[in-house]
Amino acid sequence: MSIVVENLTKTYHKQNAVDHISFEINSGEIVGFLGPNGAGKTTTMKILTCYLPPSSGKAFVNGLDVEEQAIEVRKQIGYLPEHNPLYMDMYVKEYLSFAASVYHMPNKQNRVKEMIELTGLQVEQNKKIGQLSKGYRQRVGLAQAMIHNPSVLILDEPTSGLDPNQIVEIRNLIIRIGKEKTVLLSTHIMQEVEAMCNRVMIVNKGKIVANGKPTDLKQQFTSDRILHLTFNKELNPQQYAALESIGKVEKIGTMSYAITSATEEEKLKSDSFQFAVNHGLMLSEMKLIENTLEDIFKNVTQ
Amino acid sequence: MFSILKKEIRSFLSSLIAIIVIVVFLIANGLFLWVFKETNILDAGYANIDPLFELAPIIFIFLISAITMRSFSEEKKTGTFETLTTKPITDLSIILGKYFASLIIVIFAILPTLVYYYTVSTLAVPAGNIDSGAIWGSYMGLILLSAGYVSIGLFSSVITDNQIVSFIVSMFLCFFFYSTFDYLGSFSLFKNNDFIIEWFGINMHYKNISRGVIDSRDVIYFLSLIVLFIWLTKIIFNSRKW
Repeated sequence: MSIVVENLTKTYHKQNAVDHISFEINSGEIVGFLGPNGAGKTTTMKILTCYLPPSSGKAFVNGLDVEEQAIEVRKQIGYLPEHNPLYMDMYVKEYLSFAASVYHMPNKQNRVKEMIELTGLQVEQNKKIGQLSKGYRQRVGLAQAMIHNPSVLILDEPTSGLDPNQIVEIRNLIIRIGKEKTVLLSTHIMQEVEAMCNRVMIVNKGKIVANGKPTDLKQQFTSDRILHLTFNKELNPQQYAALESIGKVEKIGTMSYAITSATEEEKLKSDSFQFAVNHGLMLSEMKLIENTLEDIFKNVTQ
Repeated sequence: MFSILKKEIRSFLSSLIAIIVIVVFLIANGLFLWVFKETNILDAGYANIDPLFELAPIIFIFLISAITMRSFSEEKKTGTFETLTTKPITDLSIILGKYFASLIIVIFAILPTLVYYYTVSTLAVPAGNIDSGAIWGSYMGLILLSAGYVSIGLFSSVITDNQIVSFIVSMFLCFFFYSTFDYLGSFSLFKNNDFIIEWFGINMHYKNISRGVIDSRDVIYFLSLIVLFIWLTKIIFNSRKW
């Protein structure tokens, strides 16, 4: 277990930002932390990185208590805070070697070089951080977080404010790093979670409302399946009634219908096909509308 | 602590603050000591550099506040405070790293004034006829006083994320500790016990040391002042955890 959180609560002004949450993260997992703004993602991360103390409950990183062994815990963690704060008037190399010296890394210069290569900062390595574009700053932030080769990485919105190309680059970087490390990252972008994470945790109002693999979550939260059917002509009332025996029917176009049903996918498809054959209709399109993570997110956080 | 100290000194030098402070300090002193009529050493007739030690505490109120105002305020404003405090360094080493970095810059501002000592000692009749003891004592006092100011400045910086507020609070507190107790003492509010009030101020101890008499009580006063403000800094430093 890389991260264990037990009954963690953080109270600000009598309001529970984090409300008795518990979860575990195995080593080597990439876990996405989802939730609307103010749901308690950042607070949880700040507690795990020993920036804030919990009001009650316990949190452990690699078996070390975040409250009692704070310095030890910080050695194990690489942290990229929200908005990626950096010293704008420092040079990239200067900043990274400062970070390395804080962790008492032997062979500082080599390590800085390695990180510059890993994060693709070679071209920009001699510039001041203030002169870099946002994407490159994000890389400096990541390089800084990984300079001591931590086993756990905590990244708070690592891709916020980047353009689509930069997002893909940072994402690939995280996937590459995530092969050997435990990563807990928060984000608002659903595709990102599906692309990167082994597991998703959705928090809302300080509580975990969903926790599992993206594919499992989809099944868990999808009770009804929606099938879009397009025929070669409009159904007459009789046929319409017959179709309703399969599931709830809704007309969505002149010749298109949506069937909502709890029956499983294969059965639903074959029923629909059988219906078309029985009524001498030609089925020109059949499409299963999958519930996206976005729908699940909306469902559980509203 | 040393990585923080190194980083701070580099950022002082790269942001030119250190250089501006040193240059301003030396120009101001140079003018007062060698050019302006009222405080001119050459016209005073005595081989000493007392005007330097009378002026420096006042100039330092401004300059040290300017040096220390950004130490925590800037980190808080830009959010680097969070990166820094989630690194495996104790709070005290962050504070002390910043403290000694500022103090070193101040000492670098004082060092060139040793030239004045050499000049006056050469100009004295006969050459070298100068009260060295008093001057070394004065330097010692000046460094202790700066060390006190730096701790006050650091405290003013940690209480706010606004550098201007920090600058003004720091100037006020330095001035308060430097001379308010003296003024209070001069009102004879407590008859013969006025010295107790004066005892709380920096000036009395600074003057004692300046005479060349290094009394352990004066040194202990400065050390307690420094420890007090570093302790207060540490308390406020952790205020996010309240």
